[in-house]
Amino acid sequence: MAAESYPDDLRYHREHDWARIDGDEATFGITWFAQDALGELVHFEAPEDGATVNKDQGYAEVESVKAVSDVIAPLSGEILEVNSAIADAPETVNADPYGEGWLVRVRLTDPSEVDSLLDAAAYRQFLADQG
Amino acid sequence: MQTLLRTPLFDRHVALGARLVPFAGWEMPVQYEGVIPEHFAVRRDCGVFDVSHMGELEVEGPPARDFLQSLLSNDLDRIGPGQAQYTLLTNDQGGIVDDLIAYERSPESFLLIVNASNREADFAWLQERELDGMEVRDVSDGYALLAVQGSRSLERLGLEEAPTFTFADGEIDGVECTINRTGYTGEVGVELLVAADAAGELWDRVLERGAVPCGLGARDTLRLEVCYPLHGNDISPETDAISAGLGWVCALDKEFTGVAELRRVKEEGPARRLAAFVMDEPGIPRQGMAILDGAGQAVGEVTSGSHSPMLERGIGLGYVAADLAQPGTEVMIDIRGRSRRASVTKKPIYSREERNGG
Repeated sequence: MAAESYPDDLRYHREHDWARIDGDEATFGITWFAQDALGELVHFEAPEDGATVNKDQGYAEVESVKAVSDVIAPLSGEILEVNSAIADAPETVNADPYGEGWLVRVRLTDPSEVDSLLDAAAYRQFLADQG
Repeated sequence: MQTLLRTPLFDRHVALGARLVPFAGWEMPVQYEGVIPEHFAVRRDCGVFDVSHMGELEVEGPPARDFLQSLLSNDLDRIGPGQAQYTLLTNDQGGIVDDLIAYERSPESFLLIVNASNREADFAWLQERELDGMEVRDVSDGYALLAVQGSRSLERLGLEEAPTFTFADGEIDGVECTINRTGYTGEVGVELLVAADAAGELWDRVLERGAVPCGLGARDTLRLEVCYPLHGNDISPETDAISAGLGWVCALDKEFTGVAELRRVKEEGPARRLAAFVMDEPGIPRQGMAILDGAGQAVGEVTSGSHSPMLERGIGLGYVAADLAQPGTEVMIDIRGRSRRASVTKKPIYSREERNGG
């Protein structure tokens, strides 16, 4: 399993999701905290290519031996690509949550939503405040 | 809020970095390194579980044997001192108050190791029916229980093989304990009953011998792969032993609580049966999900479901109409609104004999 980290180049949602913004596109995944809380992932219920995702709403499910969790969209948009490698090897998310463990790539419908997300320092503070 | 109970090994679990969860009123380790590596440790080598939350009830006195014969489903006349037996405490309807292991220490002294969640109910059930000249005691607080399980567990502990469901006093590196040839994983192994104040030392010796600490998460996936029922999930006071596939632990030729009803179910054939199934499509079945037939009609409910580390797919148990309980029957599981294909399979879902080509 990866060591705890929250890269500075990502933006974070309080439901423990991250977004890597690239113009009007973004890549989504779950944070180190989220994968650690779930434990080793054994299933990724992926959305369809082209599906619409809405900020703050679930767009996929990740599942460990013990628990299932909705994956919340940090931003709104349309799915351009699903990381199909995760379906075969969901534990990749545990090993590399910000790299090989990305979940979907999205075309953003409202890039201004990015302003509502936390930066890495604010997310770390949010985690600390959660105790 | 009710205070959670802690086993004598609690501080050791914390020191090992275990994730602790409430379970049956106890604060128990659900995992240390992770459910899957712990599962594999048991299948391939040796793991140790703290199962000190389980209850120990002593039944002693000249009438003890007849008393238990009248309350437990299995036939104690099949065992003698030093032997143990998997059996059921049944109610008047043939429902399962608890499943447990009865250990015959002498013809007048038995130890029952019972589920943590049923310890008080079992104790009350037995006490209410106590006979003159005998006594039922809850001695749980005096004991800890360590399950050391796995294909290399005996080698790791330096123990000789012995028949399953036997037990004897012994020691592990100088720590005295009762060595029970029992378990809940489908692997070779022992359950070590030890005085509570010696539990820490025994745990340390067992870890030094290479056992991997394992939590309740792996205990659940291990037992589910071999289709051992979990009381509260797969069996309960509302389910009977015949429908649950536990007819083999019911001596219907003797008299015990609820036997008439069990004879009737056996004679008429159960309406539902507890079936094992394996997912043919992605998705993990969970307790409470509907089991559907090919037409999409609900025909049962999942009582236990999880991911099988050995099969690398979802597996489960659930009650279905008896005609759908045949191995090979195709069903579907309603996984949060998605119907996913599954096949009823024979029990156990996984067996070490098949792994070994036996």
